[in-house]
Amino acid sequence: MLAELERLYQQALSELDAVTDAQALQAWRVRHLGRKAPLMQAFGRMREVPAEERPRVGRRINELRDALQQAYEAKAEALRQAELARALQEERLDVTLPGRPRPYGRLHPTTRTIREIVRIFQSMGFQVFTSREVETDEYNFQLLNIPPHHPARDMQDTFYVATPGVQADETPPVVLRTHTSPGQIHAMRRYAAQDPDNPPPIRVVLPGMVFRYEQITTRSEIQFTQVEGLAVGRHITFSDLKGTLTEWARRMFGPQVRTRFRPSYFPFTEPSVEMDVECFLCGGQGCPVCKYTGWLEVLGAGMVHPVVLRNGGYDPERYSGFAFGMGPERITMLRHGIQDIRHFWRNDARFLEQF
Amino acid sequence: MKVPVSWLKDYVDIPLTVEDLARLLTSLGLEVEAVHYVGLPRPADATRLDFKVSGLGWEPDKIVVAEVREVLPHPNADRLVLARVFDGEQEHQVVTGAPNLFAYKGQGPLTPPLKVAYAREGATLLDPYNPGQTLRLKRRKIRGIPSYSMVCSEKELGISDEHEGIIVLDPDAPTGTPLADYMGDAVLDIAITPNMARALGIIGVAREVAAALNLPLRLPDTAVVMEGPPIAGRAAVRITDPEANPRFAVGLIEDVTLGPSPYEIQRRLKLAGMRPINNIVDATNYVMLEWGEPLHAFDYDILVQRADGQPPTIITRRAQPGERLTTLDGETRDLPPYAVLVTDTAGPLSIAGVMGGAESEVRATTRRVLLEAAVWDPITIRRVSKALKLTTEAAYRYQRGVHPALVMPALQRALDLMRRWAGGVVAQGVVDVYPRPARDTVNRIHPRDLSRLLGLDLPAATIADLLRRLDFRVRPLDDGRLEVTTPPHRLDIGEGVVGLADLAEEVARLYGYDRIPATRLADELPPYIGLDRPQREAAIKDALVNLGLQEVVTYRLTAPEREARATVSGQPRPDDAYVRLVNPIAHDRRVLRQSLLPNLLEVAERNARFVRRQALFEMGPVFLPRAEGLLPDEPQRLALLLTGPREEPFWAGAAADDMDFFDLKGVLETLARVLHLPEPLRFEPGEHPSLHPGKTARVWLGAAEWGFVGELHPEVKARYDFGPAAVLVAELDACALRDALPDRYALQPVPQFPPVIEDLAFVVDEAVPAAEVEAAIRAGGGAYVRSVVLFDVYRGPSLPAGKKSLAYRLAYQAPDRTLSDKDAARIRKKIVKRVARAVGGTLRG
Ligand SMILES: [Zn+2]
Repeated sequence: MLAELERLYQQALSELDAVTDAQALQAWRVRHLGRKAPLMQAFGRMREVPAEERPRVGRRINELRDALQQAYEAKAEALRQAELARALQEERLDVTLPGRPRPYGRLHPTTRTIREIVRIFQSMGFQVFTSREVETDEYNFQLLNIPPHHPARDMQDTFYVATPGVQADETPPVVLRTHTSPGQIHAMRRYAAQDPDNPPPIRVVLPGMVFRYEQITTRSEIQFTQVEGLAVGRHITFSDLKGTLTEWARRMFGPQVRTRFRPSYFPFTEPSVEMDVECFLCGGQGCPVCKYTGWLEVLGAGMVHPVVLRNGGYDPERYSGFAFGMGPERITMLRHGIQDIRHFWRNDARFLEQF
Repeated sequence: MKVPVSWLKDYVDIPLTVEDLARLLTSLGLEVEAVHYVGLPRPADATRLDFKVSGLGWEPDKIVVAEVREVLPHPNADRLVLARVFDGEQEHQVVTGAPNLFAYKGQGPLTPPLKVAYAREGATLLDPYNPGQTLRLKRRKIRGIPSYSMVCSEKELGISDEHEGIIVLDPDAPTGTPLADYMGDAVLDIAITPNMARALGIIGVAREVAAALNLPLRLPDTAVVMEGPPIAGRAAVRITDPEANPRFAVGLIEDVTLGPSPYEIQRRLKLAGMRPINNIVDATNYVMLEWGEPLHAFDYDILVQRADGQPPTIITRRAQPGERLTTLDGETRDLPPYAVLVTDTAGPLSIAGVMGGAESEVRATTRRVLLEAAVWDPITIRRVSKALKLTTEAAYRYQRGVHPALVMPALQRALDLMRRWAGGVVAQGVVDVYPRPARDTVNRIHPRDLSRLLGLDLPAATIADLLRRLDFRVRPLDDGRLEVTTPPHRLDIGEGVVGLADLAEEVARLYGYDRIPATRLADELPPYIGLDRPQREAAIKDALVNLGLQEVVTYRLTAPEREARATVSGQPRPDDAYVRLVNPIAHDRRVLRQSLLPNLLEVAERNARFVRRQALFEMGPVFLPRAEGLLPDEPQRLALLLTGPREEPFWAGAAADDMDFFDLKGVLETLARVLHLPEPLRFEPGEHPSLHPGKTARVWLGAAEWGFVGELHPEVKARYDFGPAAVLVAELDACALRDALPDRYALQPVPQFPPVIEDLAFVVDEAVPAAEVEAAIRAGGGAYVRSVVLFDVYRGPSLPAGKKSLAYRLAYQAPDRTLSDKDAARIRKKIVKRVARAVGGTLRG
């Protein structure tokens, strides 16, 4: 009997070798490990075996049965692995196909640059202050030490707003603000109102839209933004101005960037200064953007003129301050190599999407 | 202002290269924008220069002073001559067509010879026919005569655009000397800021250079030989308005012969941007450029004639109504009443400080010249110059302020130059009327005051030295202060705190801005006064960006027609209904916008050519005129626009549907949620001039109307170049939204017990708004109703006509226990009852 079982066992193994799918494996299992399989019924035939042989034969039957069971499990696992491998192969993607586009919102480039500028000043204790865009001549010019007929008015071509009852040859009293500087007066008066005899110190940045009567060209626009800054206190000096703006330039353009200060003129500051930063595109070596000078003009500044301090409610004998102003579009253009300022308000998707 | 370096060097010895001089001036606040080289060597490397560079350096070995010894006819051409030219080494034959040599043709050897600028073979010159380009002189034949060199015109050398005739140098020009050594120059183009009026004369620029380099300033001698009969009794001056005319002086020179000025003077005038006229006018211009004080020359005999043979009386006064004057440019001009005139007893002679009259100007026949030096009120000059659109060198200087003390040196200097250039005899004395002598301001400053402003501790002696270099008079006082008197050529130094700031600038400038330390702000931090608007606006923008919208920024300026295009009626409102510009730059940008919507539509229209899906927003002010007060309201608005497919096209799956009303409504609802608005938005059917009447909602933010959302009206849409997809827009009050943002918000506890989820569908009349059904569900279920999500709206054959079914997925939940089936049944019953009562809805089987 044992010999027959051994033969059946060998036969089962070789049949198992030929099995290639789950169905055949199932049939094989029924045939060789099922209830009616010869090996399973072998114990029932133990009578045929001499008694002294029985323990040995019984052990052997168990061994053969376990071996077939193991062979079965191994085969089942091999088939499962083969199936998985096939499925994985079939599910293979062309990973070079494009991904699914996700809608994505962006801030306007001007907003981004303004935020960047403002954030740096905020970290130095400046607060954001905004004010109106249609202004009186008084706030836009006179309180800033630009009386009527002052030559500095030639520096800023102005849009005038029609005001009923004003004669054609009079200077109209309402303008589109030509700079964010009227905000200086608004801010000073607002702070001074807290304690008129002892006004508190001020550190504000004033971002906003300004307007100039100009032809629209690649280099000039009828509207553009400015970020103005104002610091007023009892111990604010020209050297603070230099330090603050140099620190801003390093955070904005890189820790290595050098700055340069040149005398300039603004009616509402004295001394007045223009700050250049070393061209961050060529490292100061000279390139078309910096017109081969190695420097980029980025802002105008100065110590607040005593008349302006007084107009804001701050006694120039006791207080001093500095102010500065810069153009976010210009800075954006320099950084990204934009040649045409008209892109900003044209809002072409192909421009905006690149930020 | 254009400053020839050679001229500047008349007054100060400058030990710097042209490039370093330019840098120095810029560092002093006299920004050199460009340098035009006229003979001096151009820098080999133009990088790292802060100014534009143009012109030509003359090669010393190739371009020299030479003499024309004889002019001979050209054998083959009438329009050419042959010049015998000696260049200091040898004689050359030069072919030229210069008309100003023709007069000498065939006259035999010239004594003395003509001095000319001679370019040898191989010399590099400016190409007269290609601006900015150079050419090299090559050997060639002109009409059969060999030619390899030339006598130059000003154009080839970069002096001016004069190309017709050759340069004829002054007779004392040394033959054989490199031309660059004789008159090589460079012209600095300096941008003069309004506070630098004192630098509108070359002496003023020289004074700044001398101060910066601590070198002496050499003023020209203004002594004048006066040998003629006295002027007294031969001319009188009367000032009627000293405010407008603080000083007026005249001198007289007789027996002059008008003719060209010396070449060197003409060259300088041209380099400075002025046209040489004749020796008399050139003298006035030369002195104006030198001192910054404009002068005017009258033909004295014409004045006498106008006074019927009597000695003329010059009267300065305001214009009378209807007065006119023909100015020396030939234009006859109506004079505004505020104009100040120089007149005589016969009427106007010139527009004071702006332009002289044609009748009394000097001419070839002039023998006697009455020379005016005066000072005028800057504001008057500015107004007149603007009104007449007449900007002259004189008006430019007077507008910025000319110190009256300059009158006398300028007058004397010019009389002396006329005497030297035009011959003649200067009458003894001058007539000088000076009713308002200028007072030089005085400041007493302490070094402490300066360090308070500059953050720089300078000893009094250093401050005094710096100021003295600029000609301030400085006297130390016993209390440590300095008494600083402004020099009599400056009007820009005030007194008191203003004077202190003015002097601080002078000290800082001369000391060097770059030498002042850079420090961190150490002053006390300001109080927070609740400036949170910008922060709130930023939060709104961020939320919109996170919702996938692109921010745009458009023009504030528009036109009523542009705004009308976005409405069904298309009727523009009158300009007066807008904030309107007096001086628009373009007709279609003449008013300030009252809505963001038209701009947003224009942006979307332009982009529709390139992109199908657009999701845009703009936040910014609109401008609404007010009945009271000068200034308009500037409320902030928020506009949104969606159009095109819900998703970008993708290679798998069907194309996405186009966005509709509910996409934009969803944006608003999500916005309200992420911004934690205390109350949900309310939408109710509404109407709007731009929108589809059936697809428009008024939006309420709490009790306040917030704005509109809807689909663009088909008639409006047809006016724009849009594709078939619907255009969804909203325009909302951004101030209300900003103010509705809560300072803080509380969180709901995260539920600990599972919810019961249940789907209920209600059949209601078609007219019942979904919002009312949901409200009834919430009211019926009370606090147990955690969420109500409408997941289906059904209309169809299985329902009676005029009915619709709304299917909701509801979640019931209690904070303290798991709800049982019995609880859920009780809640459901209440909801069904409430829906039936409130909107007549029945539970769908
Ligand atoms: Zn560069």
